[in-house]
Parts: sequence; C-alpha cells; structure tokens
Amino acid sequence: MSEYLSVLIFAVTGAAIVLFTFFISKLIRPHNPYPEKGVTYECAEDAIGDSWIRFNPRFYIFALIFVIFDVEVIFLFPWAVAFGELGLFALVEMVIFILILFFGLFYAWKKGVLKWV
Amino acid sequence: MVDYVSALSIDFNLIWPEIALLIGASVILLGSISKSFRPVIPAVALISCIVAMLLASQQWGHQGSGFADMVTCDNFGVMFKQIFLIASIVTLFLGFRYLKVKGLNRPEYYALILFSTAGMMVMANTADLVVMFLGLEIMSLPLYVLAGFNRRSLESSEAGIKYFLMGAFATAFLLMGIAFIYGAAETTNLRRIVTNFSYIAYDYNSTAIYFYSGIALTLIGFGFKIAAVPFHSWVPDVYQGAPTPVTAFFSVAPKAAGFAVMLRIFVFGLSGVELLTTAFWVLAVLTMSVGNILALRQDNVKRMLAYSSISHAGYILVAMTVGGADAVSSAIFYLVAYTMFNLGAFAVVTVMETRSGCRSEFSELTGLSKVHPYLAAILALFMFALSGFPPTAGFLGKFYIFSAAVHKGFIWLAVIGVMNSFVSVYYYLRVIKTAYFDEVKGKVTPVVLSPTVIIALIITALGTLGLGFFPQQLLEFSQAAIFGMP
Amino acid sequence: MVPISAYLILAAVLFGIGTVGVLISRNVIVMFMSIELMLNAANMVLIAFSRALSIADGHVIVFLVLTVAAAEAAVGLGLIIMIYRNRATINIDRFSLLKW
Repeated sequence: MSEYLSVLIFAVTGAAIVLFTFFISKLIRPHNPYPEKGVTYECAEDAIGDSWIRFNPRFYIFALIFVIFDVEVIFLFPWAVAFGELGLFALVEMVIFILILFFGLFYAWKKGVLKWV
Repeated sequence: MVDYVSALSIDFNLIWPEIALLIGASVILLGSISKSFRPVIPAVALISCIVAMLLASQQWGHQGSGFADMVTCDNFGVMFKQIFLIASIVTLFLGFRYLKVKGLNRPEYYALILFSTAGMMVMANTADLVVMFLGLEIMSLPLYVLAGFNRRSLESSEAGIKYFLMGAFATAFLLMGIAFIYGAAETTNLRRIVTNFSYIAYDYNSTAIYFYSGIALTLIGFGFKIAAVPFHSWVPDVYQGAPTPVTAFFSVAPKAAGFAVMLRIFVFGLSGVELLTTAFWVLAVLTMSVGNILALRQDNVKRMLAYSSISHAGYILVAMTVGGADAVSSAIFYLVAYTMFNLGAFAVVTVMETRSGCRSEFSELTGLSKVHPYLAAILALFMFALSGFPPTAGFLGKFYIFSAAVHKGFIWLAVIGVMNSFVSVYYYLRVIKTAYFDEVKGKVTPVVLSPTVIIALIITALGTLGLGFFPQQLLEFSQAAIFGMP
Repeated sequence: MVPISAYLILAAVLFGIGTVGVLISRNVIVMFMSIELMLNAANMVLIAFSRALSIADGHVIVFLVLTVAAAEAAVGLGLIIMIYRNRATINIDRFSLLKW
C-alpha cells in the first residue's frame, strides 16, 4: 500500500500547488474586462463564425480511407519485427494482403470518391 | 531458427471454396468500373457460386485441419456450405429482375452477397472461436449494407441502421463472451476447450465463473444473430424494410450460419453443461410461441414471414435442446427444408413486389389465383410446407425433430412444439385464403414472371416437394455430416 | 502487481456503461460510440487474461478486433450518413416507419 500512499501525496500536492497559484494570481492581477478580450483569437483576424459548425460529409470518406490504411499498420508492425524469422513466405502473404487493400482504394478512386467537387 | 511457416501447416485445400467466392466478388467489384463488363456481372456471380459448390463437394468425406488448427474441414461444415450456396444462388436469381424494376441494379449487390456467403463459409469451416468471430463479421458487414441497399427509400435505410445497431450490439456481447472463455480455458480452440472441460467447469474457483459468464454472453450474442426471443426485436423491422430478395437471404443463410456455429459450440462442444439444456428449453419455447402469436396479427406478408421465421428458429432450438445424433441430423434436415420453402415463399413475394406501388400487404394477394393460377398454386405449396402439412418437406422436418424430442423424453417440449404448429396453420392458411377465395376489388394488375425468377421458383418448389417425397437421401447426408463429430 | 480482478472489474464497468448507453441513448452516433466502448471493454479483458496467463494469443485477437471495429465504423458511419440524407435526423425515436 505504501507505493499508493506516495502517489496520493504527490497528487494532493500537485493539485494544491495549482490551486494556490490560481488564488495568488487572482489576488494580484488587475481587473479590467472589455469585449475584445472575449473574442476568439484566430491569427489576429476577426473570427468569421463559430467553430462548432457542420463539416462537409466529404471529409468523412477521406477519413475512412485513412482509417483503413491506418489499421493496416497494426498488421505491418508485428510482421516487420518478426520478418527475419518468417522469410519469403511472409513477404508474399503481406504483398497479397496489401494488394487486396489497394484493390479497395482503386475501387474507391474509380468511383470518384477521391475527387473534391 | 524455428520454421514458423511449416509449423502453421498451411493447406489451401481446406479453403478453396471461400477463395473462389472472394475472387468472384473482387472481380465483380473491379469489373464494375468498366461499363462493358456490367451485363456479365450476374453470370460471374453465379459461376463463382457454382464453382464454390463443386469445390465444397470435393471436400466431402475429408477430415482435416490446418492453419495452426484455425481451420477445420469436416462433413458438417461442407453440408452447411452447400446450404449457404443454394441460398445465395436463389438470391442471385431473385435479385436479377427485382433490382432492375426498383432502379437498384448496381453490381455491388452481387459482390456483397458473395462476400457475405464467404463469411458464412468461414464460420462453418472452423473450430476456433476467434475465426468464428471473424467469419461472423465478414458475413454481417455486407448484410448491413444490403439491408440499406435501397438508399433512397426511407424504409430500407431505416432497416439498414436498425440491423447495424442491433448486429454490432450482439457482436460486442459475443466478443466479450469469447474473451471470458479464452480467459478460463487459456485457448480459443474448441477442441482443446472440450478436452480441458472437466478441469475448467468443475473447478470451484474463478475459472468456472469466467467460463460460465463467457458461455452466457456468447449465447446472448448468437441469440441476436439467429433471432431467438427475447433478442428478436430487430427482425420484423429489418425484414420488412430491406429489399425483398435480400430479406429472403436474411431469413435463411445467416440463420443457418448461426445455427452451424451454435451446434458446433453448444451441442458438440459443451454438451456437458446441464444449464445449457435448461437455457435452450426456455429459449425454444419462447421463440416458438412468441413468433407464432405475433405472426397472427400481421397484415403485411413480409412482416408475417419475419415472425414465422422466428418461430421456425424455435423449432430448430427444440432440436438443440434435445441434443444427440438424431436430433442434430433432424435439425440439419429441417434447415435444408426450411431454406427451400422459405426462399420459395419470399420468391413469390418478390414477384408480387415487382408491380409498381406494391408494399406486399395481404390485400394485394387477392385475385392471384384468377390471374396467375400457377403462381398461386406454388404459393399455396410453400404455405403448406411452412405450416408443416404432408407430403411437403416441412412436415417431415417437424416430424423428425419432434420424434427425436419424444425419444429423448422431452415430451412437454414436443407437445408445445406441435401446438405451435397448429397455431401457425391459421396465418399460413390466411395467405392461401386471400389468394384464392377473397373477393377481388377493382382490377388485378398482372405480374411479370421473368425467366430468372421462374428458375428460382422451380428450384425451391422441387426442393420442397422432392425432400417431402424422397427424404432418405438428405437424411443419410445429414447423418454422415455429424458422423465423427465429438 | 495489479491483480487481474481489477482489470476485469474495470472492463465490466466499461461494458455496462456501453450497454446502458446503447439502451437509453436516442442518438445513433452516441449508440454507436457506446458499442465501440463495449468492444474495447472486451479488448481489455483479452489483454488482461493474455498478460495473466502469459499467452500471446490475446494480443493477436485484439489486433483482429481493432480491424473489425474499424470496418464496422466504416459501414456504420456510411449508414448513418445515408439515413441523415433521407430523414435529416439521427434520432432513433424518429425511425418509426416500420412498426408492428
């Protein structure tokens, strides 16, 4: 249990320091609000609108194609680590696996998914 | 250096049928890009199904396992592969004209059916829980898309989303169950689980708790997939909303795949768990009764058939409760027979729906016997088979299941089953009454019988009648299928 | 070392939150997120057992499950977009065209 006790003391001390700093700065800082301080900061430009808007669903398809190749990497990493022992057969298998994925990408491409209209 | 590759014992003979289907589906997807390839796509799909069927027949009689024991090839699996392939071939025939009429003629339909069938075959072809899970997902993901295939239609998209949510929910339960079984048995291979069974299940410690909670969660997961009550709420909505050929496929193939896996896990594998018999008893009675009673008050033919398919799952659950060689071979017989007459019934509904503005209500069947006497007769044949009249396959299937139940001493279960069959006669005969005797209001629009649909009707009608008159051959096959199972 | 029961309890809590989320939520996306939570609870059980038993199978299964979850996300989000185009809502209570 003693390891947990030190974690607890650490957590409490950390939280206390943060709260203490907030309290001190509240005491000594000047208090002068005006509307421009509340505006969203966007590279010194006036913000056009809220950032809570609907994004074009087109982003979703790009994200999906990204996800598929992202997940493929899960299988590539263990394969790469063990590649020395697995040899040629595993190389052929992995090439087939990636080819199947590229079929999918090719299909999506020809269906016009990658075009931004 | 260890030779990992030969330790895997890779043997492609075990998976050629699956590979044939996957190649066919990929060719369809890639070919769909060129316009000139489009007309031959249904033929490609049909050919790859038939090739897969031949390759699967080659596997009959061969016992083998490979891929580090992840793939197991046996007669049981081959039997189910043939059921899936018959269902998908009939579905391909059904879809051909329906899709054109409804403006859905997209090549993806054929590719998705093939992918889904390949997933089912993976499910039937393994004795490893993880591969079963993967096969289930390969089966389900195309089916979610197929349910929402008519993407402009509100009903179809609603069916798609409901099916997806319920299917994914069930998948999560199933996976949790597999995780717990893995934790208790230290393996996911069913054979090794069975070998360690006495050690796992009678150990009065946490291992037994993990094991039983794993079994319960797995049962819930498969309960959703085979639409057992109380996990059936998605069925009527999805069956009604999905395009009709797809519904025909839903009502047969995924259900058979679910039963293949359940028979393997619960009947062959874990037959020593007494609690399971009680669980299946309750599930069977609930599924039969609720399905039949709710089917009584439906006014939509597709919805009625959805509830009827729930109750038919209940009859097969009776066989699973009983267990033993007789009951399991009769369950396989019933699944084949059910595939035939249920696909046939949906084929007639598909034909009716190719008329414009048809929503497959009961009232749209009126006058069918006057305009299309042959179609009406064939519809009556399927309804008699569904309700279990002799000499159709439906009667023999039910007879084998209930007599197996009586032999094993499950008399009450058999009595409840027979009573349920009597209840079901009411709503099946209502279809016949509407088609033959109800007064015709206004003019009956004739339907167009395309050659492809006629082929589908002939296959299913011959199957229904043939199995009724000559059941011996199939019975021998289904006994051979379970011969040598643990 | 943390005992395996701790991981299992955490996984059970996550699974429970996911189940309740699917059952009471009215928003399809939130339901879908709850299902993903359930899948990840199962992953956690697999990893915990795999570590406790010192068998690597569990890790490999988790890889497969992650892939399956990604494929499911692809299909599910596609279906959600489709129904949003048709109905302009993703509230599950509005999808009541098919009722008994």
